[in-house]
Amino acid sequence: MKPFAPLIALATLVLALLLPAAARADLPGDSLYRLDVALTGQDGRAFRFADGAGTPRVVSMFYADCPFMCPLLIDTIRKTEGELPEAARNRLKVLLVSFDAEHDTPAVLQALADKRHIDTTRWTLARAGATDVRRIAALLDIPFRQLADGNFSHAGVMILLDADGRVVARTETMGKLDPEFIAALEATLADSATAPSK
Amino acid sequence: MRAAAFPGGPAYWLLGLFACVAATGVAAAADYRTIPQTGFTSVLAIEQDATPTPLAAYALRSEPVTNAEFLAFVKEHPEWRRDAVPGVFADARYLEHWATPDTLGDDALPDQPVTRVSWFAADAYCSAEGARLPTWLEWERAAAASAESADARNDPAWRRQLLDWYSRPSSRALDRIGGEPNLYGVRDLHALVWEWVDDFSALIVAPDSRDQGDPDRLKFCGEAALSLRDRDNYALLMRVAMLSSLKAVNTTMNLGFRCARDVPASPPARPHQEPAP
Repeated sequence: MKPFAPLIALATLVLALLLPAAARADLPGDSLYRLDVALTGQDGRAFRFADGAGTPRVVSMFYADCPFMCPLLIDTIRKTEGELPEAARNRLKVLLVSFDAEHDTPAVLQALADKRHIDTTRWTLARAGATDVRRIAALLDIPFRQLADGNFSHAGVMILLDADGRVVARTETMGKLDPEFIAALEATLADSATAPSK
Repeated sequence: MRAAAFPGGPAYWLLGLFACVAATGVAAAADYRTIPQTGFTSVLAIEQDATPTPLAAYALRSEPVTNAEFLAFVKEHPEWRRDAVPGVFADARYLEHWATPDTLGDDALPDQPVTRVSWFAADAYCSAEGARLPTWLEWERAAAASAESADARNDPAWRRQLLDWYSRPSSRALDRIGGEPNLYGVRDLHALVWEWVDDFSALIVAPDSRDQGDPDRLKFCGEAALSLRDRDNYALLMRVAMLSSLKAVNTTMNLGFRCARDVPASPPARPHQEPAP
């Protein structure tokens, strides 16, 4: 009988959970990828937020059971990337993180991806734990609040991150195209095409 | 004072251990006071719905986090030193009033509340303490209590006292912690510093309050932004307005924080254990 073994195991686990996000020191100080949080995609695959480093990415937040803003958000991102030449569009990744840590399981997210015919080779619908959802929302500056009926009040926002995770452009224009955002997308994707691959 | 947050009994042994382990590396075990389960009507009303919001029991730090406590945290977690923290987590004036990145100096006394900390830094500190930031509702509910009453908000004398506190000039040096405790033994909720809350960014006064342009712009999914219920409660509304104006990286000379913890539901056989005020 080793009475302390479970204690040590638990303490190790607790400390591992509590260790603050280990910042990736090779990223610039204004890189959002400094936030190290764990996500799970609609395919059930676990990954880190910072794994997006290396290619430009459009990032936003949503939730699956959202009556109005989130379908609009998905349509707006789709319309926006539809303005890009095909070669540029094929280099663009999209990450949508759910506000709803409780209900949006990978299966729910996959069902939404199927229903909305989302190209999951480039788009990822992801969930995170409730604490990390708040951290990501703070990082992206997307205020949200869960309402008594379980819905979430939130802004519709698209954020373009460059390959290093820096915010290049941000728009709250939903339901129609934002020419400045599209111009930023084109420029960023052109840069990433000419940059030496990492 | 873990006993207050985790009333005894084998069921809570693990949680007690959690708090114990979590507290290592922080200057001294922080004092948490239990706020019992209740319904509470916030000064921020959702639409016209005036029914009290059910609020589970929780534990709140009896004091804001001090400079000494935050210094111990920074020494344990050097990534939160002011010369190491990335710009995405704190603005350029983070801990600016400390003499050096790891000494307090004359402008930051050990028992003054720590200020010039971002939401991310406050969040990280509370995580390291095995805790979290309180929600606005949790903060407001604790702050509604006077020394005698759980909800003193309609007491004219209490309101006058609040306004006196809030009308003191902010240019004077911060007091040290250790004000008079309220009914729950929680101190310094009003007279000392503004405090971060977990959901500071969502204390939205009107659907388009952040939107200088087209009021018809589609902004909110659940279509229920918060509205202000109690327009006479200036002291709290000032706080809401201040918090709503912040970004998570911001720091100010009068903005600190305290942490909160979940409390397991009390076993039915045990009466509620409230520390004597």
